Amino acid sequence: MDAKLDKGTEPMYDAPLRKTDVEANATKIAAKDVQVYYGDTHAIKDVSVDILDKTVTAFIGPSGCGKSTFLRCLNRMNDTIDVCRVEGLIQLDGEDIYDKRVDPVQLRAKVGMVFQKPNPFPKSIYDNVAYGPKIHGLAKNKADLDEIVEKALRRGAIWDEVKDRLDKPGTGLSGGQQQRLCIARAVATEPEVLLMDEPCSALDPIATAQVEELIDELRSQYSVVIVTHSMQQAARVSQKTAFFHLGNLVEYGETSQIFTNPVDPRTESYITGRIG
Amino acid sequence: MPVLWLILIVLALAAAGFVAGRLRVTTAGGARPHSLPNYYGWNVAMKVMVPAFAALIVWLLAQPFVVNGQVSGMITEQAIPEGSTLGLVMSDVRRVADGLDTAVSQGIMTHEQAGSIRAEFTDIRNRLGEAGVALGSNVSAEVLRAAQKYRALNATGNLWMTIAVLALALAGLAWGLKQAHGEFRARNTVETGVRIILLSAASLAILTTVGIVLSLIFNTIEFFRIYPATEFFGSLTWSPSFGGGSELGIWPLLWGTFYISLIALIVAVPIGLFAAVYLSEYAGSKMRAVAKPLLEVLAGIPTIVYGLFALLTVGPLLLSVFGRDGLNWMQAGTAVMTAGLVMGIMLIPFVSSLSDDIINAVPQSLRDGSYGLGATQSETIKQVILPAALPGIVGAILLAASRAIGETMIVVLGAGAAARLSLNPFDAMTTVTAKIVSQLTGDADFASPEALVAFALGMTLFVLTLGLNIFALYIVRKYREQYE
Amino acid sequence: MTDATYQGGGNGSSLVASDARTKRRNASEARFRIYGLAAIGAGIFFLVVLLTAIVSNGIGAFQQTFIEVPVYLDPAKLDKQGNRNVDDIKKVSTFGYTPLIQAALWQQVQNEGIATDYTKAGDMKALISASAAAQVRDWVIAHPDRIGDTVDFKILAASRVDGYLKDRVSRESIAEDKNIDAGHLDLTDALREAGIVHKGFNTDFIFGSDASESRAEQAGLGVSMLGSLFMMLVVLLLALPIGVAASIYLEEFAAKNWFTDFIEVNISNLAAVPSIVFGILGLAVFIQFAHLPQSAPLVGGLVLTLMTLPTIIISTRASLKAVPPSIRDAALGVGASKMQATFHHVLPLAMPGILTGTIIGLAQALGETAPLLLIGMVGYIATNYPDGVVAGFMSPNSAMPAQIYEWAKRADPAYYERAWGGIIILLVFLLAMNVIAIILRRKFERRW
Repeated sequence: MDAKLDKGTEPMYDAPLRKTDVEANATKIAAKDVQVYYGDTHAIKDVSVDILDKTVTAFIGPSGCGKSTFLRCLNRMNDTIDVCRVEGLIQLDGEDIYDKRVDPVQLRAKVGMVFQKPNPFPKSIYDNVAYGPKIHGLAKNKADLDEIVEKALRRGAIWDEVKDRLDKPGTGLSGGQQQRLCIARAVATEPEVLLMDEPCSALDPIATAQVEELIDELRSQYSVVIVTHSMQQAARVSQKTAFFHLGNLVEYGETSQIFTNPVDPRTESYITGRIG
Repeated sequence: MPVLWLILIVLALAAAGFVAGRLRVTTAGGARPHSLPNYYGWNVAMKVMVPAFAALIVWLLAQPFVVNGQVSGMITEQAIPEGSTLGLVMSDVRRVADGLDTAVSQGIMTHEQAGSIRAEFTDIRNRLGEAGVALGSNVSAEVLRAAQKYRALNATGNLWMTIAVLALALAGLAWGLKQAHGEFRARNTVETGVRIILLSAASLAILTTVGIVLSLIFNTIEFFRIYPATEFFGSLTWSPSFGGGSELGIWPLLWGTFYISLIALIVAVPIGLFAAVYLSEYAGSKMRAVAKPLLEVLAGIPTIVYGLFALLTVGPLLLSVFGRDGLNWMQAGTAVMTAGLVMGIMLIPFVSSLSDDIINAVPQSLRDGSYGLGATQSETIKQVILPAALPGIVGAILLAASRAIGETMIVVLGAGAAARLSLNPFDAMTTVTAKIVSQLTGDADFASPEALVAFALGMTLFVLTLGLNIFALYIVRKYREQYE
Repeated sequence: MTDATYQGGGNGSSLVASDARTKRRNASEARFRIYGLAAIGAGIFFLVVLLTAIVSNGIGAFQQTFIEVPVYLDPAKLDKQGNRNVDDIKKVSTFGYTPLIQAALWQQVQNEGIATDYTKAGDMKALISASAAAQVRDWVIAHPDRIGDTVDFKILAASRVDGYLKDRVSRESIAEDKNIDAGHLDLTDALREAGIVHKGFNTDFIFGSDASESRAEQAGLGVSMLGSLFMMLVVLLLALPIGVAASIYLEEFAAKNWFTDFIEVNISNLAAVPSIVFGILGLAVFIQFAHLPQSAPLVGGLVLTLMTLPTIIISTRASLKAVPPSIRDAALGVGASKMQATFHHVLPLAMPGILTGTIIGLAQALGETAPLLLIGMVGYIATNYPDGVVAGFMSPNSAMPAQIYEWAKRADPAYYERAWGGIIILLVFLLAMNVIAIILRRKFERRW
């Protein structure tokens, strides 16, 4: 307990809780009564949540609570799993993303995703970033593409580190660099929402700090949803926090409120380390 | 069959030793023995069998050399007929000696007669003919005497072998029994022995390779002694004639091998690869459970079946389209195309299951990364998965190529027999493997260049496939490491 | 972009309406799927064609045309001395029997009142298999006291007649044939009406021996099947213990050093060496060097053992690897030696997997042809049953696939039918072995 508090209050990584008026932002994604089944297992129960534009929303909760599963529903990544079934309504800008007419491919172009483990393709750094724009036809010519790649890498805060070796394989970078490359790769397709599934869990503290800083910058343009194991991280980077437990959304609100004054006793138990 | 009897006697001694050793420990009394009683029994049995059998094997391998060496010393230069070699005369000697053995065992001659009979006085050929031993030519006096010497030496050899093996077995028995007392660590000794046996079983793989290499090298050297290597690697003609004056250039055979393999790969690689991609990326578990085994049935069908299928089904079918009644490109049903197509069918499951493994080894995180960017499945496959799996797939294709090069029955039945350098895939051509079969299954004499060339061809084949395999395995292994 | 009113798309594009580019991409996606399906379809199509060809061409070999004819065993021809002495009877060769059989069939034709242009018994030759005389002779030697009687025989029809009943031979196809005329086919039709010529199940094809090139109707697979059986015994007796021993060493005991690596490299390369090279090895080492008898199933078994060993070792090692280390730890924990842990616990647990792998290795060996040809196990040798078990291993014999190859080479449609039929038998064996392997795997499969 003590150790945990010590770590939590360590000044170097602890950005102060920002009081931002997030209510001013519009709803980007609206989920209503979402149920997810894995075969016979009922993995997500009755989850309703509104995710705001230009806001970092954190999903926290003990492992196996369904936070990652729910995240993957938001860009239909669960479609790639045969046994997974999603019920309920999820709207992006008012459109049902599980509508039969919706092409998951187009959806994922708008709702990008960054994964737990950095997963650069075994290609050059340039090709990694250029991959998305190429398949979506965002560039008219090579010069265009160069510009998009540079912009994405700058936005991924990694341009200065890789600008001299764009033709080197992306797998040769360090873990933190790889993850920022993956973020750059995701923003290169100009998504509207960025989903991040524990983006720092495979990184060391310094790389984590760099990525967290980046997430904060991304907020100005995107709606960011981040799943995290670390409550400190949720507190540092997010404005809104949702706490999941055993497939239920227990509590959703302002990050500052969740961490200082939780309503639900389960949230309090988790935050104080009694469950998890 | 004295060797069989010898083996049985040693085994019986071992069994007796086992019982005796066990008994000695269990009845000795005193402190509890170090190991379980069975281990003492095994210790004795092992000490009986291992040295005795080792000696037996060494003796059996060495004796023919010693005897051959002594007997061939008896054959003078004059006794070797024109156009023959010492080796041929020696095989005559062996045949006569075997014939004498048969005659004795059938009671046509007595043992003494067989040892003392003289070619000057008796028509050996007829006498042996009565015993059902056919000899090609008449037996010269010198050959007969050599044969008699051969028999005598072998008989002495066998006698000494029996004595040596039995002595070793008995010595082992005594040694083992002496050790059968409570303080002796029988289990450790037996386990060391078993370990050595296991190791020798594993080393058999090395021995096999050595056997292959030696049998190829010696005969290949023999071939190049009577036929110039420059001709073999330089000539563009393959026309063996058993009367002599053959032209044995390897290029037409290599070209046929290469051409047929190429067609086989053109058939097998796209089909196998697409099937693997579909099975691993698209197919549901039900379809996979049905389609994968069905495809693999193709791999379990013996090659002779494919050969017959080429000769009797695919060949005539192609002939009806490309033959005289159709496009008139094809003269007969057996052709490069026939063999290539059928071999391609055979290789489909080979390519598909290897590629399937390799595609499945590509981490899921790469697929997720690509889908997360909004790529379709086919874009993910074409631009992420296949490039990532490329080294492995290249390895798989190389392995398939090595299979194609070494395939025999399909080309023997489906490709024709004519060695030619042609570009028309509807011509009959032949391959290295097909010629190995035809040169070694004829009635040719083993010492003639026409038969020995098969070993040089085998050497070429072995080197080619070995090179491909090592390279392919290296690539596949490198690829596996990348994702482990 | 911050106003709450934007409904229906951030970049102005709706998710529901797909643009031209997406349509194009989806079309290419669909095309790609179709390629994949087509590839699988092609594979399965080839399999179906292959199996259809085998069954439709080979099923005929299991039927054979017989002629039922009462033969008068003329004492004047068969036993001139009249003393029924077997040694004297044996002096009459098959040439003495042929006219009797032909006369018997001619008699039948006349009895049935069949109209024909043929005038003499000798014209019946084309209908009767050359094997009939030997069949009757063997019977007479076994029953000398029946000379003088008229005995009913069921003899083989000639292969052309057999082919005619199976629609392989037609009046057009025999236009150039010296052995048989259209008139014979007319006669066959009539004799068939009369029930004298009929088709029946061909037991001899399964159990009989190979016959000479001109007597396709007589050839059977039985002897070479026995050759294959003896070879498989050799392979089983050698490859299983050696393979298991080698695998145990490599999986449980081998230290990680250059020698172990060298063994591993050798095994993986041997697994990919063409089978014909093993034939060369067998020829050079077992026959030229060790002077083992040529064409013997023992040598064939040795060659196939060396060929299958890598397969068996690879699958055995996989089964050993599948036994979790906790089992070994548990055994070592109660004071067992490493050897005891392996032989008492790991090996029994891995046994089902090992047996499955061995059966599959055996199936592979059973279908192998090329190396057998080089050591002289060619088809035409399989004409006599071996006498005894030792002879079964040592005396010249062939094997099923080599026999099939021999028949395929004889370039006679009657033999082609036998080759396809032989393949059916071979595949039935392979199927049975694989089914046993699958059942073993299902029954004993253990999930750790």
